[in-house]
Amino acid sequence: MVDKQLRDTIPEFGKKAGAGDGQVGVGNMSGLSSGPGARTFWEIAAIVLVAVVIIGGAEVTLRLLAIPSYILPVPSEVAVALVTDWQFIGPHLVHTLIELFSGYAIGASIGLLLAAVITQFPFAEKIIAPYILVLVTTPMLALVPLLMLNFGFGYTPRIIAVALASGPMVMINSATGFRRTDLAKIALARSFGANTMQIFMKIRVPMAMPMIIVGLLIGSIFGLLTAVGAEMVGGGFGLGNRLTTFSSTIQMPQFFAVIVVLGVLGISLYVTFFLIGKKWASWEA
Amino acid sequence: MVGGVEKGAKSPHKLVVENATKFYNTKSGPLHALDNYSMTVGDGEFVCVVGPSGCGKTTLLWSMAGLHGLTSGQVTLDGEPVVKPHPQIGMIFQEANLLPWRTLDKNINLPFEIRREKPDAQWIEHLIERVGLQGFGGKFPRELSGGMQQRAAIVRALSFNPSVLLMDEPFGALDAFTRDEMNLLLEEIWLETRKTIVFITHNIAEAIFLSDRVHVMSARPGRLGKVFKIDYERPRAIEITTGREFFDLVNEIKSEIDHHPSGAKKGRAQRVAREAVS
Repeated sequence: MVDKQLRDTIPEFGKKAGAGDGQVGVGNMSGLSSGPGARTFWEIAAIVLVAVVIIGGAEVTLRLLAIPSYILPVPSEVAVALVTDWQFIGPHLVHTLIELFSGYAIGASIGLLLAAVITQFPFAEKIIAPYILVLVTTPMLALVPLLMLNFGFGYTPRIIAVALASGPMVMINSATGFRRTDLAKIALARSFGANTMQIFMKIRVPMAMPMIIVGLLIGSIFGLLTAVGAEMVGGGFGLGNRLTTFSSTIQMPQFFAVIVVLGVLGISLYVTFFLIGKKWASWEA
Repeated sequence: MVGGVEKGAKSPHKLVVENATKFYNTKSGPLHALDNYSMTVGDGEFVCVVGPSGCGKTTLLWSMAGLHGLTSGQVTLDGEPVVKPHPQIGMIFQEANLLPWRTLDKNINLPFEIRREKPDAQWIEHLIERVGLQGFGGKFPRELSGGMQQRAAIVRALSFNPSVLLMDEPFGALDAFTRDEMNLLLEEIWLETRKTIVFITHNIAEAIFLSDRVHVMSARPGRLGKVFKIDYERPRAIEITTGREFFDLVNEIKSEIDHHPSGAKKGRAQRVAREAVS
């Protein structure tokens, strides 16, 4: 009895459980930065164990059922292909990264700037909001054939598509952040004689930061999605192009190797923003 | 006894509110928050304003701080009208109002960042020690209790050594014990620094315990009711709050608030009348 009580942790009332304190947007920093909580050694061991079981299980099952490689390759084949055929994948990763980073840099900065400016003018915001929503909800991939018609098969149409996909995502989430106004905090800054710019830099921006980082994360994932999708539509380079090539030539181990690369790329984006969030937005736990 | 009249030889009044009247524009028409309110605060005096919730206390304080203007009337500090935030006025808000993304040290540094001034490190060090926050400079507000957060807010408001401190129900969210502790601390700090303090609260006992004078404000629109002079010796002990005399005073002030001709009804009638005219 006593032992059981001693093992109980102190209940923390009033602490938000997970994401969602009424925020619009796609989750907030409390979901992103704290996650399910710090992990112990055994939890990490269990996570690794699950991966080993899944990959090992797939390897054994596929071999036992004698599934041919062109339907589903065994994990070891994929690993081998990833190493031996890296020369056919690596350069395309560089192409994809170039498109992703340039498109994202353009889209995210415009989105961020627009969010910062537009939220200062509620009337303008009301007028523009539905159009931004259209941009957010329409898959920008649909524009790629048109963009290729206008800009050819090089980087340009892809970069534009990435910018169009990521920009509105960054904007809509950042705007949610900038719209949070805490009159008491603004009054505090004003009581020290702060001007509009100082209130913006010292109160509004930090207050918006958690939502800005969420927007940047979601924008980057949408950018990656759109970059790969655009590469699949046309043009002879990029990881998306590799996917279509390898599947049409039935090189399934190579195909899955590209999937693994894309997975690692996506996770890297997430981890990057997770760490940025930890540094800049951890106060909102 | 107390009041600092000896210091303010030139003008006994540090802070003067003259016929302050304030209307807010709301969707349902103008809201009469403050009606012809006048008060004076002597240099180094500690004055409390008590009144029911929503009676216009905060409106009054914000006008004194220059955070918003008045519909008519004026506030003067040392004879100069206050029309915008004044460097000689420090403000303490409800629930500490620390910036959650800044550590305590950086919160305390905010006024200097905004004014682009160099903080007086020695003075701030002294204040931090005074309120018992040594060693907490690197902590974030959420890591501290409500009382400690409010201590940090006091340090922040005093950090630039203003001559006037305006306090807006600063201890309203604290539990009774912490509140007593903070009241004692505030009195000590006041006795040491002799700032001019205007303190707003709806807790009558707190108002009596702290102040030289208690101003009663009626329900909205805020009007000046009776003014009570409080003569307890300084420094005061919490024990005085349990005395018979103290109880009687609390009751007297309470009945003054309760039985004051309801400003709310009258105000509404006036508003209706005004709307009918316009």
